[in-house]
Amino acid sequence: MGRTVVNVADERPDIAADAARERTSGGSALIALSLRLLSIGPLLILVLLAGTIGLLTPAFLTPGNLGNIVAQTAVIATVAIGQHLVILTRGIDLSVGANLALATVIGSLVFRQVDSAALVMAAMALSGALVGAVNGIAYVYGRLPHPFIITLATLSICRGLALELAVGHTTMRGMPEGIAALGRSTSFGLPSSFFVVAGVAALVLVMAKAMVWGRWIYAVGGQPEAAVQMGIPVKGVLVTTYVLSGLCAGIGAVILAGRTEAGSPLYGNLLELDTIAAVIIGGASFLGGRGHIGHALVGAVMIGVIRNALNLLGVDVFFQMIAIGLIIVLAVEADVLRNWLEARARVLQAARAP
Amino acid sequence: MTTPPPVLAIRRAEKRFGAVHALKSVSLEAHRGQVLALLGDNGAGKSTLVKCISGVHALDEGEILLDGEAVAIHSPAAARRFGIETVYQDLALFDNLTPAQNFYCGREIAFPSWLPQGLRLLKGRAMDRQAAAVLDRLKVKLPRFDAPVALMSGGQRQAIAVARATVFARKVVILDEPTAALGVRESRKVLDLVAQLRAEGNAVILITHNMEHVIELADRAVVLRQGRKVGELKPTRANQQELVSMIVGAEA
Repeated sequence: MGRTVVNVADERPDIAADAARERTSGGSALIALSLRLLSIGPLLILVLLAGTIGLLTPAFLTPGNLGNIVAQTAVIATVAIGQHLVILTRGIDLSVGANLALATVIGSLVFRQVDSAALVMAAMALSGALVGAVNGIAYVYGRLPHPFIITLATLSICRGLALELAVGHTTMRGMPEGIAALGRSTSFGLPSSFFVVAGVAALVLVMAKAMVWGRWIYAVGGQPEAAVQMGIPVKGVLVTTYVLSGLCAGIGAVILAGRTEAGSPLYGNLLELDTIAAVIIGGASFLGGRGHIGHALVGAVMIGVIRNALNLLGVDVFFQMIAIGLIIVLAVEADVLRNWLEARARVLQAARAP
Repeated sequence: MTTPPPVLAIRRAEKRFGAVHALKSVSLEAHRGQVLALLGDNGAGKSTLVKCISGVHALDEGEILLDGEAVAIHSPAAARRFGIETVYQDLALFDNLTPAQNFYCGREIAFPSWLPQGLRLLKGRAMDRQAAAVLDRLKVKLPRFDAPVALMSGGQRQAIAVARATVFARKVVILDEPTAALGVRESRKVLDLVAQLRAEGNAVILITHNMEHVIELADRAVVLRQGRKVGELKPTRANQQELVSMIVGAEA
């Protein structure tokens, strides 16, 4: 009796394991495919969206209109690149819109003193980076549990400061020729602002992917406690991401001031929501540590395309907001689905290990 | 003939947390090529002792000797510089990074050396190659080398964390309940890995509640109870019951 029981027990795991292996190899292939689809999903949706809109309205796919989309997207894209770095570390920067407005006002004030494109640009970039530094330092060294509140506070402070500093508390016309040309001119058939975005994107791409600092950003976002245990300078990494986010808002200010040839305390209203939406729609994880710059760019273009297309189709502006909101819900659910699939993959791994 | 000093020796360690006397004059030694099991019930002081060795806490009194020399271990980074690596129960892995990226996170191979570490450029291929070599040597099999560790099973993750520790450990590897969260088969693989570490001449300190594992692997076992060392012996089948009695404090 005892012997037979032992035999059965000896043989059964093998059979069961073989069967499990058969089943799980199919299952994990499916999961791998789903994860791959999720990772290219946003780009796929963007292409399908552009194709569909092109069929609906012939005006959409004309070079002139595409140039428009690029010019309109440039500001969101630039600021979203900075926002994406912050979100990678599980953070959020709500101050980018007000930060940008303050930067354009400071640029305008400098322009009233000296007509120098270089100086005005430097002033805007510096103003943006400084606000970012305040965010980062207050968050890290003020030991705040989350950057939400501090960036909400700087949002309010920057908007108020911009309104206070702006002459007449409103839009100030005029920009140096060098900056205005950025908004007006085109090269190789593309608006000049495109090349600014491309330059910023290339720089951040190198920093995030090839530099040790970039690896640390992913580590801090992936597992903050482990990053401390592994001796990564977590505080320094966090502060630099907020400085860079602020700097990107400053560069966005240059682009916007160039296109409108003005500085205004009213600029960048709700830009923080657009940039966060761009990063999430593009496919980066709100939980930190996942995503790359392509996600921020794809998301920004998708927002630009949706706005442009709904304008061309004559759809009410309120519906644009609803559409973008719905897409954000989809994107966040996709993130949840990805986490679930990864957990499934983990279980299958354990079952399959010989 | 002189025997070499133990690679790690603790002498009369004392640690208090307010009114709690967590370690009471604990002494122990760890030798190269040996597994030392650290046993005790919950709250016996195992974790406190390990945290003092790995630089998380500082001892109130007593000393830590490495290869016979007294050292002061003020931080986890300092412990690592001394060649002591600890694998905690939470593994401290980065789910979003690949095994090789996990191996070198915080200690990246990068160039040029005149720049501060954060600004250097990663040598991704060198890190991949060396991490692969280590995993190969330790006979750790992973489904994919380029996938984030989030996709790997508990045992595979444990193996990665242990393998990472061995890359940098020059003196001591401390494993805090490495099999606690694993099934039978995956536990087996981690135990094989521990045996492999010993065979390569590491001093291994193993914290576990599993008596079978202790008897199978440990060359010596130190038992703590209420912050005091209550026994040290070579664990065998014959004295298993005695060991358990020491842990729970029941004089059978």
